[in-house]
Amino acid sequence: MELMELYISLFLTFLKIGVFGFGGGYAMLPLIQREVVDIHGWITVSDFTDIVAISQTTPGPIAFNSATYIGYTSVTEMGFSTGQGIIGSAICTTAVSIPSLIIMTIISAFFFKLKGNPWMQSSLSILKPAIIGLIAAAALMLMNDYNFIDYKSWIIFGVVVVASIKKMDPILLIVLSGVAGLLLYPPSF
Amino acid sequence: MIPLIRNEVVNKKLWLGDDEFMDMLALAQSAPGPISLNTALFVGNKRLGFKGSLFCGAGIILPSFIVILLIAVLFTQFKENPIIESIFKGIRPAVVALIAAPLLGLSKSAGVRLKNIWIPITVALLVWLLKISPVYIIMFAILFGISYYLFIKLKMKR
Repeated sequence: MELMELYISLFLTFLKIGVFGFGGGYAMLPLIQREVVDIHGWITVSDFTDIVAISQTTPGPIAFNSATYIGYTSVTEMGFSTGQGIIGSAICTTAVSIPSLIIMTIISAFFFKLKGNPWMQSSLSILKPAIIGLIAAAALMLMNDYNFIDYKSWIIFGVVVVASIKKMDPILLIVLSGVAGLLLYPPSF
Repeated sequence: MIPLIRNEVVNKKLWLGDDEFMDMLALAQSAPGPISLNTALFVGNKRLGFKGSLFCGAGIILPSFIVILLIAVLFTQFKENPIIESIFKGIRPAVVALIAAPLLGLSKSAGVRLKNIWIPITVALLVWLLKISPVYIIMFAILFGISYYLFIKLKMKR
């Protein structure tokens, strides 16, 4: 019964994330973080950052990736089996896609009416800058004591910002920062 | 990802014309959810109706679903490993950097100018410091956009 409640809660949460996921990608991060970390506590902030890291190095949108990952880990960490975790994963991934399916079906039907519609243009003129604000919030929300342990974290941050603006490959940058992590924070056994 | 989709859908399979693809892209970007999913759903609907959407949607979701599920199963077992922990201590600040770095370029293409720069700044502060849910931000932005349009239209009538 407890499992059923968790499944329903996961489904409704990711449905909500799908409905309000304007801007896609990073713009969805503040909403996902708020729901799964702050409100439901399914994963920690560090885990959430790790999912973003995994998303940056694998193909596929962050919204799906976090749905798939959180669906699995939230269920297994409550003590349920791997199989039940995979079901949780499928539930979250389906839930986050349903709003897009409904909205794109409607858009396809009214394609030519919506194109250049002044109501929509006006909404977008406000929505687009707001989405930039959401992406900035995503970065600010992750600049916390869990992800930035000391001054060395800020050095990595600064170097990667500059390298990224210089168009260095993000996957290479993630790999190099992983190596930097090994050297700067030697593992203690 | 967009050039990849375009090459498959427009150049190889001839499912959409180039103009149609560009128009569709604008709408896919304005709808909630990942652009790649929205694009797949639109192309599917165009060719085969709702059923086509379902198949295209499943097609675009499945690869990342399988990859991430495998990572989730493996990663949860190695997470406590000290080597993995060291690696991720280095990766975490880089993740934040990769989110922050493209902001300037994105602002330009989203039409952020001096006169509307208050919008992203206010949104970022509301969500970050006051912990206002992005749900309200999105709803307010849409309502504000529509009422602004009505206001301009009323003014023009006078």
